[in-house]
Amino acid sequence: MSRLRIEASTPLCLLQDAGRFGVRHLGVTQGGGLDWRSLSWANWLLDNRLDAAVIEITLGGFAVVAEDECVLALAGADLGAQVDGEALAPWRSFRLHKGQRLQFTRPLLGARAYLAAPGGFDAPKVLGSSATVVREALGGLDGMGRPLAKDQSLSYSGNSVMLLRQLPAEQRPDLELDAPLDLVLGAQIGEFSGQSLFDAFNNPWHLDSRADRMGIRLLGTALHYQGQPMISEGIPLGAVQVPPDGQPIVLLNDRQTIGGYPRLGALTPLALARLAQCLPGASVRLRPVVQEVAHREHIDYLRRFN
Amino acid sequence: MKLRVEVVALDCLMVRLFDQIAEANMPWMLAASESLRSAFAEHLIDLVPSYTTLMVHYDLNALSPAQARELIAQALIDLSPNARTRGTCHVLPVWYDLSVGPELSLLSQRSGLTVAEVIRRHSQREYQVFALGFAPGFAFMGLVEEALAAPRLNTPRKMVAAGSVGIAERQTAAYPVVSPGGWNLIGRTPAKLFDRHRDGYSLMQPGDTVRFEAVGHAEFINLGGDDTPLEAQA
Repeated sequence: MSRLRIEASTPLCLLQDAGRFGVRHLGVTQGGGLDWRSLSWANWLLDNRLDAAVIEITLGGFAVVAEDECVLALAGADLGAQVDGEALAPWRSFRLHKGQRLQFTRPLLGARAYLAAPGGFDAPKVLGSSATVVREALGGLDGMGRPLAKDQSLSYSGNSVMLLRQLPAEQRPDLELDAPLDLVLGAQIGEFSGQSLFDAFNNPWHLDSRADRMGIRLLGTALHYQGQPMISEGIPLGAVQVPPDGQPIVLLNDRQTIGGYPRLGALTPLALARLAQCLPGASVRLRPVVQEVAHREHIDYLRRFN
Repeated sequence: MKLRVEVVALDCLMVRLFDQIAEANMPWMLAASESLRSAFAEHLIDLVPSYTTLMVHYDLNALSPAQARELIAQALIDLSPNARTRGTCHVLPVWYDLSVGPELSLLSQRSGLTVAEVIRRHSQREYQVFALGFAPGFAFMGLVEEALAAPRLNTPRKMVAAGSVGIAERQTAAYPVVSPGGWNLIGRTPAKLFDRHRDGYSLMQPGDTVRFEAVGHAEFINLGGDDTPLEAQA
């Protein structure tokens, strides 16, 4: 077993895995890393299961000291990581010698970095997952849904791979990519005014600072829903719901399980991975896509992890 | 029942069974749930029931959208509710008291009924669990009789005690854990509504039925209830 001691953390540094499944009918949310793609690559770099428990670091402010020799992997945002003051770029596995300090300073590119350890960080599984959901007091290091905190100890029990790896440049997700976010059209799409449909897919949307792991609000031209009030129903990951003020909200991993606002549809998982790396104020566009096409693209992408 | 299957996400389909909330929906909803669970088997990631719908979240590695639709169609052919799909009946003890249920007086004023009569009427009915949501183990139950229906508070409370029993419109519910909330509070139950160490975790499951039973303060405390008034907790 190898250990790390946390020297600095924030309420936005959380133990996460791919999420909590099979319990949503009980009102338990999905949880899990917001950028599933970077989380998966972090695990891939260490030959882990792609859903092993990692640390999601949002914006920075996190530091650990190795108490044993450690091999770790870093993927996702460039949060100005340094090992004993020397810059460490993401998308690679690396070694920390005993006593070395890894710290994340500030966001240089993207918003969320994923730190993985061989076999995944040790944490109890609560309702099948270690994903930290603060609101539900589930998951995390102690199972009670608390964020990571200074002086806590992280450990892992997997065997350290000797060979350090880098993700080939052509495989690295481009966090600066300014492509529209694909949205699978949903059942209420026909109930929005024609003008609203035009606006939704032709105007830019700005990410509000009112954003958390439940959802991100998009600011732009207000959209008008003309249908009947809805009865609450299940909310899929990435659903773009439109409350009465007309400003859409993209619902993320920690969303409520059911809700009654009309929806344009739901962002694809790849669009969500990109959205999770955008900072407040960023501008995004939406692009409609049909379910079958989005499904094929997603399956194609998953082959890269083989 | 008029069945529709709608696209809601890359790997989710919404099965819409009804257009209205009704207690009579429940046997059908339960039968459909059971049938969908067995049709999708290990390819089902989550099945999220609500009042009139069942959201199917399936494994996109195993099924294409077309295959998922086919499975849904097969599962729902010849659907019929039967006794096997009835839920559990629960009796939840409730200490109805103004100190933990401050809106008892409001409901009494609105309805013109005495507080005792409000309590009697709330605890006399058997309610259906339509859906769980808002928080783990939070069961939306109904329907309370018209006289007791009341809109949510204009300003939700920042903190509602665990076990608090409330009414919103014609629904009733109990808060599993301390949380913010805007329902009209009428009492408190000592029942542990969500327990990570219990089989099935949640005391109540969609399709179960619930009756509230008025208990006195002594019994409430005996059953493990916490009588700290709301104001003292805020």
